[in-house]
Amino acid sequence: MLWRIAMILSAGLVAMPVAVIAASLLGPYSAAWTHLLDTVLLDYIVNSLLLMLGVGAGTLLLGASSAWLTALCEFPGRRVFSWALLLPLAMPAYIIAYTYTGLLDFAGPVQSALRETFGWHYGDYWFPPIRSLGGAICMLSLVLYPYVYLLARIALLEQSPALVEASRSLGRSAWQTLFRVTLPLARPALAAGVSLALMETLADYGTVAYFGVSAFTTGIFRTWYGLGELHTAAQLAAFLLIFVLVLFALERHSRARLRFHKMHSARPPSRIQLRGWRAAAASTTALLILTAGFLLPAAQLGVWAAQHYNSVFSAAFLALLGNSFLLAALASLGCLLLALLLGYGKRAYPGRLETGVTRLASMGYAVPGTVIAVGVMIPFAWMDNTLDGWLQQTLGVSSGLLISGTLGTLVFAYVVRFLAVSLQSVEAGLTRIRPAIDESARSLGQTPLGVLRRIHLPMLRTSLLSALLLVFVDVLKELPTTLILRPFNFNTLAVRAHELASDERLAEAALPALAIVLIGLLPVILLTRSMSPEPTET
Amino acid sequence: MSQQLELQQVSVRYGATTAVDNASVTLQSGDIGCLLGPSGCGKTTLLRAIAGFEPITAGSIALCGVTLSTPQRRTPPEQRKVGMVFQDFALFPHLNVRGNIAFGLSALSSRARRDRVESLLQLVALSGHGDAWPHELSGGQQQRVALARALAPEPEILLLDEPFSNLDAELRTVLAADVRELLKRSAITALLVTHDQHEAFAMADQITLLNEGRVVQTASPYDLYHHPLSPFVAAFIGEGAIITATINRSGEVTAPFTGAGEPGETDARYQLLIRPGDITYDAGSTTRLRVARQSFRGAHYLYELLLPDGQRVPCLAPGHIDVPAGAMLPVSLRLQTHLAFRGESTSRQA
Repeated sequence: MLWRIAMILSAGLVAMPVAVIAASLLGPYSAAWTHLLDTVLLDYIVNSLLLMLGVGAGTLLLGASSAWLTALCEFPGRRVFSWALLLPLAMPAYIIAYTYTGLLDFAGPVQSALRETFGWHYGDYWFPPIRSLGGAICMLSLVLYPYVYLLARIALLEQSPALVEASRSLGRSAWQTLFRVTLPLARPALAAGVSLALMETLADYGTVAYFGVSAFTTGIFRTWYGLGELHTAAQLAAFLLIFVLVLFALERHSRARLRFHKMHSARPPSRIQLRGWRAAAASTTALLILTAGFLLPAAQLGVWAAQHYNSVFSAAFLALLGNSFLLAALASLGCLLLALLLGYGKRAYPGRLETGVTRLASMGYAVPGTVIAVGVMIPFAWMDNTLDGWLQQTLGVSSGLLISGTLGTLVFAYVVRFLAVSLQSVEAGLTRIRPAIDESARSLGQTPLGVLRRIHLPMLRTSLLSALLLVFVDVLKELPTTLILRPFNFNTLAVRAHELASDERLAEAALPALAIVLIGLLPVILLTRSMSPEPTET
Repeated sequence: MSQQLELQQVSVRYGATTAVDNASVTLQSGDIGCLLGPSGCGKTTLLRAIAGFEPITAGSIALCGVTLSTPQRRTPPEQRKVGMVFQDFALFPHLNVRGNIAFGLSALSSRARRDRVESLLQLVALSGHGDAWPHELSGGQQQRVALARALAPEPEILLLDEPFSNLDAELRTVLAADVRELLKRSAITALLVTHDQHEAFAMADQITLLNEGRVVQTASPYDLYHHPLSPFVAAFIGEGAIITATINRSGEVTAPFTGAGEPGETDARYQLLIRPGDITYDAGSTTRLRVARQSFRGAHYLYELLLPDGQRVPCLAPGHIDVPAGAMLPVSLRLQTHLAFRGESTSRQA
C-alpha cells in the first residue's frame, strides 16, 4: 500500500509542471497578450510550423533514403554505414549550428576561399545565409534524421522478402514495388520517426536562438526575460504544448499501427546488389549524409579545440566539467530511483491505475525543456514568495529565494523531463524477468531479498546501466532547462558553449561542445550494439 | 494436351553448393504437378527459379514455348505471367482484401478491375470479405486471398510454395482438396512444392520426387506408391520399413522369414520394402512373430514385430487384437517382391 501511495505521489509530482502550464491557460491574460498578438505571436506560429514542415521533409528524405540503402541494398561500406549513420545523434543541434556558422558565414573559410578565387568583395555575390530559418531547418534535419533512419531501417529489415516477390510476380517492376509496397509498409515507422524528430524540433532552443529565428521556445524566453511576464510565458508554453500533443498522438497512433505491419519473416532480406555507378552513388550518398551530419562538424570542433586548447583548458573548464557531471549524475540517479519505484510497482500491481500512473510519469520526454522549466519555476517561485512573506511578517527576516534558485530545482526539472528514458530501460529489463523466474527462485529456497540480489540485479544490470547513461548524456546536452533554472553563476558545458557562441567566440566554444559530443557518443555506441544483428551471408 | 512448363536439365549453384542438379520436369497444360522431397532437397529453389527469383547456372526454363531462364538471360519476374502463392501468403498488410487482389490488375480499366476482383472473391468464396484487412482473416481465409491474388492476372502457371504448411493439420487436407477442385474447375496449370506426401497425394496429378537436388522419380501418386524406382522413393513414400532379405531364383522371399539360415548360391541379397499392409494379423497362421512394440490407433493396432534375425517390420492388426510386447502374434505375409531392390539394406525406416 505504501508503495502504491509513493507511486501515485511521485507520478503526481512529476506531472505537476505540465499541469501548471496547462492550468495557466485558464488564468488571466495580461496586457502583454495584446502586444504579443499584435507583433510576434503570428511569427512564432508560422516559423514553428515552417520549421516543422522543413525538418519533417528533411528528416524523411535523409532518414528514409539512408534506411532503404543500408537495409535493402548491398554496396561497398554498407555494414559500416549501417551504424555510422547513427553518429549524428551524438551531435546536439545547437552545436552543429555553431560549427556550420563558423564554416559558412562571411568570415568563414568557404566564403573567404570563394572571394579569394574569384576576386569578389563584400556585396559582390550572394551566398545562402546560414543564420536563417532555412539554415535552422538544415541543421536540425542533419542531426535528427537518425530517428527516422533507426525506425525505418528496422521496419524495412523486418519486411518479409516474399512481399516484394509477390509484387514482382504480380507484374510490378522493382521501382513500382518500392513505391507501392516497400515504402507504404514502412509508413507507420516513418511517421513515428518523423514525429519524434519534430518533437525535438519544437523543443529546440539553442539553434533557433543562435540563428535569431522567432519560434515558440525563443518567444517564451523573450516574454519572460524581456517582458518579465512569467505567467504569459507559461501561457505561450501551453500553446507550444498543444503542438506537442498532436505529434505525441501521431507517434502513438503510428506505433500502434506498426503492430499490424510487423511480419516476422523466416528469411533474411534479399538485398539488391548495386554495381558500377549505382554502387558508387549509394556509397557517396551515405558518406555525404554522414559527413554533413557528423564528420565535418566534429572535425571542425576538433580543429578549433586544438587551436584554442591552451586558452580554454583551465581550472575553469574543469569546474564546468565537474558541474555538468554533478548535475548529470544527480539527475540520472534520481531518474533511476523513480523508475525503479514505478517499474516494480507496475510489476507487482499490474492494475489500470498503476499503468496510468506510469504512463503519466513518462509524459515528460515529449515536453520541451523550456516548457518544463517554466512549469517548475511557477510553483517553486510561489512557494518561495509565500515563505518569504510569512517570515517577513512573523519574524521580520527575509528568506530570499530558498528553493527556486537551487540545484535541487534544476535536478527536479531534469527528472521530469528524462524520467521516461530511464523508465523505458527499466521496464524493458523487468519484462524479461518473468514472474515464473521469481517463483522458481523462491521454490529453490531463495528469500525475496535473495531473489532480488541473485536474480534481478544480475539480470537488470545492463538495463540499469543504460538507464543511467542515457539520462546522464541527455542532461549534459540539455540547454534551455539549464539556462532558465540554474543557480546564479552556475555554468555547465552546454551553457558555456551557448554563451561563448552567442558572443561570437565560436572557436572557444569548441572545447565544451566537443566534450558534449564525445560523451554523447557513448549512448550511440550502446545503440549501435543493440541494433538488430545482421544476418551473415552464406 | 500441350506442354505448359518445360524445365530442361536445370542446375542452380551457389558457389560450391549445388541446390538443384540437372533437373528436368515437364508439366502438361491443365495438370497439377508437385515437387516433393525432404527439406533441403532443392524443391523451393527450383520453384523460385521458375518464378524468376533465382538465377539458374545450367539448363533452361520455358513456359508455353517461351524461354524464360537460361544461364545467360533471365526474364524479370514481373514479365513472366507466373502467379505465386507464398508460404506465409505474403499478403500486403497495408491493403485490404480487394486491394490485394487488384494489385496485379493495373492493366485493366477500373471497371473491369472491379468486376474481376468480385468474380475472384466469389471463386474463393470470400464475397463478404472484400473490405477486410489481412490481419482480420483466419489462416484459411488468408490463403484463399493469396490464391485469388495470384490468379487475378490470369497467369500461365500458378506456383504454390508449401501453401498449407502455415495451417492447422486438420484444415490442410480439406483445403488441399478444395484448392485442387478450384484449380481443376478453372483448368489452371499449377505446380506445388511440399514436403508432405499427403498434401502431394491430395493435390497433384503428377509428383516429382527430389532428393539432394536431383530428380529421383516423376510419376502419378499411384505409381509412386506402388512402383517406386529406388529404395529412397520406397522409403520416402508411405509408411513401412526396409529390411535386408534373400530372394531365391523363383522369386520367393526366403530369409529371414523362413529362417533358412545363410543364403544359398542361387539366392541374392535384396532390400525389401515392407508396407504395414503387407504383414497382417491372421489367427489361423502358423507364422508367428514376436511383438516388439504395439501402438493403439483406435480402429487398429500398429505392431512392430521382430523377425528371427532381429530386424523389425510393421504389421496392422484389428483394434481388438491386443497382444503385449514379448508375446507372439500369428501373421500372414503378402510380400511384394517388386518392392525389392538389389543390395544391402542400410536399415532405414520411413
